[in-house]
Amino acid sequence: MTHATATANMMHPPAPAEPGSGVYSNKLGMWIFLASDVMFFTALIGSYIILRFGMREPWAAPGAVLNVPLTGINTFLLICSSVSMVKAYAAIVDGKKYFLRPVPGKLLRDGGLKFWMLVTIICGAMFVGVQVVEYFKLVQHGLTPAGFREGSHFAEVALADPAKYGAATAGLFGSTFFTMTGFHGFHVTCGVVSMLYLYFTKVLPEKYSPQDYRGIETIGLYWHFVDLVWIILFTIVYLI
Amino acid sequence: MTSVAHAKPGAHDAHHAPMSFWRKYIFSTDHKIIGIQFLFVSLFFLLLGGLLAMQIRWQLGFPGKPMPGGGILPEAMTSGGVILPEYYIQLVTMHGTFMVFFAIMPLLMGVYANFLIPLKIGTHDMAFPRLNMWSFWLAFTAGLIMVAGFFVPDGAARAGWTMYAPLSARPDLSGATYGQLVWCVSIVVLGLSSVLGSVNYITTVINHRAPGMTWFRMPLSVWAIFITAILAVLALPVLQGAAILLLFDQTIGTHFFDPIAGGQALLWQHLFWFFGHPEVYILILPAMGMVSDIIANGSRKPIFGYHSMVFAIVGIAFLGWIVWGHHMFMSGMNPTLGSTFMVSTLLISVPSAIKVFNWLGTMWRGNLKFTVPMLNAVAFVSMFTIGGLSGVFMAATPVDMHIHDTYFIVAHLHYVLFGGSLFALFAAIPYWYPKMFGRMMSEAIGKWHFWLTFITYNLVFFPMHILGMNGEMRRLYDPSQYEFLKPQQGLREFITIAAFSLFAVQFLFLFNFLWSLKRGKKAELNPWQDNGLEWSLPSPAPHGNWDRPPNVYRGPYEFSAPEAGNADFLPQHVKLPTDRDPAAATAPAPAPAH
Repeated sequence: MTHATATANMMHPPAPAEPGSGVYSNKLGMWIFLASDVMFFTALIGSYIILRFGMREPWAAPGAVLNVPLTGINTFLLICSSVSMVKAYAAIVDGKKYFLRPVPGKLLRDGGLKFWMLVTIICGAMFVGVQVVEYFKLVQHGLTPAGFREGSHFAEVALADPAKYGAATAGLFGSTFFTMTGFHGFHVTCGVVSMLYLYFTKVLPEKYSPQDYRGIETIGLYWHFVDLVWIILFTIVYLI
Repeated sequence: MTSVAHAKPGAHDAHHAPMSFWRKYIFSTDHKIIGIQFLFVSLFFLLLGGLLAMQIRWQLGFPGKPMPGGGILPEAMTSGGVILPEYYIQLVTMHGTFMVFFAIMPLLMGVYANFLIPLKIGTHDMAFPRLNMWSFWLAFTAGLIMVAGFFVPDGAARAGWTMYAPLSARPDLSGATYGQLVWCVSIVVLGLSSVLGSVNYITTVINHRAPGMTWFRMPLSVWAIFITAILAVLALPVLQGAAILLLFDQTIGTHFFDPIAGGQALLWQHLFWFFGHPEVYILILPAMGMVSDIIANGSRKPIFGYHSMVFAIVGIAFLGWIVWGHHMFMSGMNPTLGSTFMVSTLLISVPSAIKVFNWLGTMWRGNLKFTVPMLNAVAFVSMFTIGGLSGVFMAATPVDMHIHDTYFIVAHLHYVLFGGSLFALFAAIPYWYPKMFGRMMSEAIGKWHFWLTFITYNLVFFPMHILGMNGEMRRLYDPSQYEFLKPQQGLREFITIAAFSLFAVQFLFLFNFLWSLKRGKKAELNPWQDNGLEWSLPSPAPHGNWDRPPNVYRGPYEFSAPEAGNADFLPQHVKLPTDRDPAAATAPAPAPAH
């Protein structure tokens, strides 16, 4: 299939024609759900902004408590998974249902839907894995949702340099950090589980075709949204 | 979600396949059955909420006297039949919670959104029938969890239905550990149910309208439900987020709302009312929509100002987002911000007044037929007007400072929620009853119920304005212990007796509702002689509704139209010789410009 027809496909959704918006119901429903999810994260992020910038005492410096390079790599992983999601979408639009296929005259093989979906799932799962490791390390060093644990590493260094570690605001730091990143991680987990479900029920049995790839497009929307939320969270939690 | 079946025109065979009892009536995906499930469950919660209210009234009317039947309650709630303060605050909290979240909201958005949307826009079912089933069972679970609050140690939540922090966040302040927790969990589950339901409603209205059912041919009930669903989809997640933060404060030791540890108690109020004010319109807009349909039908006239009605709904919904601060004039919020909220709040009375004016305009010189639905709909208009006018009082910051947190607020709230939403439901239930169950509710009992309710309801809630003006704070366990509130004890006693009568009268309705299920008069196809698409179906409407979606040729309010000949109504699906076929006009379904 040429690129031009692929573009035409995007303009005219593959679902059975329904009266109304011209966008098939699954996709429309997902957009509406995402609007709702935006409001959910707005509640969390808005609370964070009010709590953090409403405090007179300094907030912990970026990098003092959190491992920013590790999370930077994690962010890269999530962005990669968004790219592979787009590749998966492009593959099924072009009718490539296979895993990998050699291309004459080229070193790299050509990835199909099965390949790119698997890459997305693995990247997403790795993101959650790294986040779990990060949580364990933080709790080990003494950051809990209630603040720095008595007698922990963080509690000691915060005593020495209260401004850098935000000693007075540690309780709110822990509260907001674990809540926001935790709910994002929960969203990623839900996405990975849904994609695994689709992978075994629809992708592997080759149920998708250039005529109907609604599941891929819909889960793709969700996945990009979760990625976008992370970019915002990473910026305001880890970088500022 | 992808596996959800699509209702394809012509490829519809759901009602040919035999279904087990469980698939058909319990885990049903049919929008009408789900609506009926919601109806029974939320009527139960309505009754439960009413029962709690009666106990509140007993304590206020006869403080310190043993409540009849109070002896059967455990000792943590009553002592020698007398309601304890700890139990009284649970009553107040749970009455509000049950009525708002588990009675009125599901009655409007669970029952009538589910039941009416597909029938009124001419489609087989919702866009996502299975999601719809989930929405009901999640709401049901949330209700069970909320009821469980009464049975955990220390009893149910105690911080009022608004759950103001830090009282709600710290068990050492409220005295209830598990009750508070249960409340938060239940609200999170309920929020999920509402979001799923609303996603479904919006998608269905946008994508599944019958050929010819353009936006401005939709009945106002569908318009109102559609806009309300948008409000719900955007407002409920905020409440969910807030409830989750509160839950974390109570369980894993976060400090969002605890000022001692640096949190902000005011943050809870902002989050709650940012949800709470759109919620107010979630509770009234569908009622307004249904009343519009019923009043046009009962007046045998087209609705006055159809477009302005639609734009008023949209306007109210939009303004509803920028007024939440008027609940917080006394919270210590910046006074300048207060005046902004005052102006935006006063603005809302403009679209609200447009609606009242249009209802009056519809009835003006109409051929009024005072059936039970029409009587209740007219009561809605008058009671909503009183409630709206007292709302203007509290929108004005200086006046609100005097009446804030008093019985004036309680009176206002009940005038719009009971006088408004509940009267609209007393209109809607008998009106669509034939399409649900195939029988009519008794008009005679209905009229008795209406008049007795209307009178006793006003006797209960109007005097509360006076109590509030004299400074009686709400949620007081025993107002008579204050010297300046002592003289009002007679009035409180009067209200209590009126409230008991009001409660007793509701059993007429309950009897009528249950009795008519089996013994009611068999309903004909179109008992109210209405134009809506649902009346083209047999009563009760069959599984899957139409074999093919009907064609729509006109708007829903063509009463007394000259084209109709001898009849005074002209249904939307009836094709006149002059009508063009809508399928030809909309068949390729290009993306519309709206």
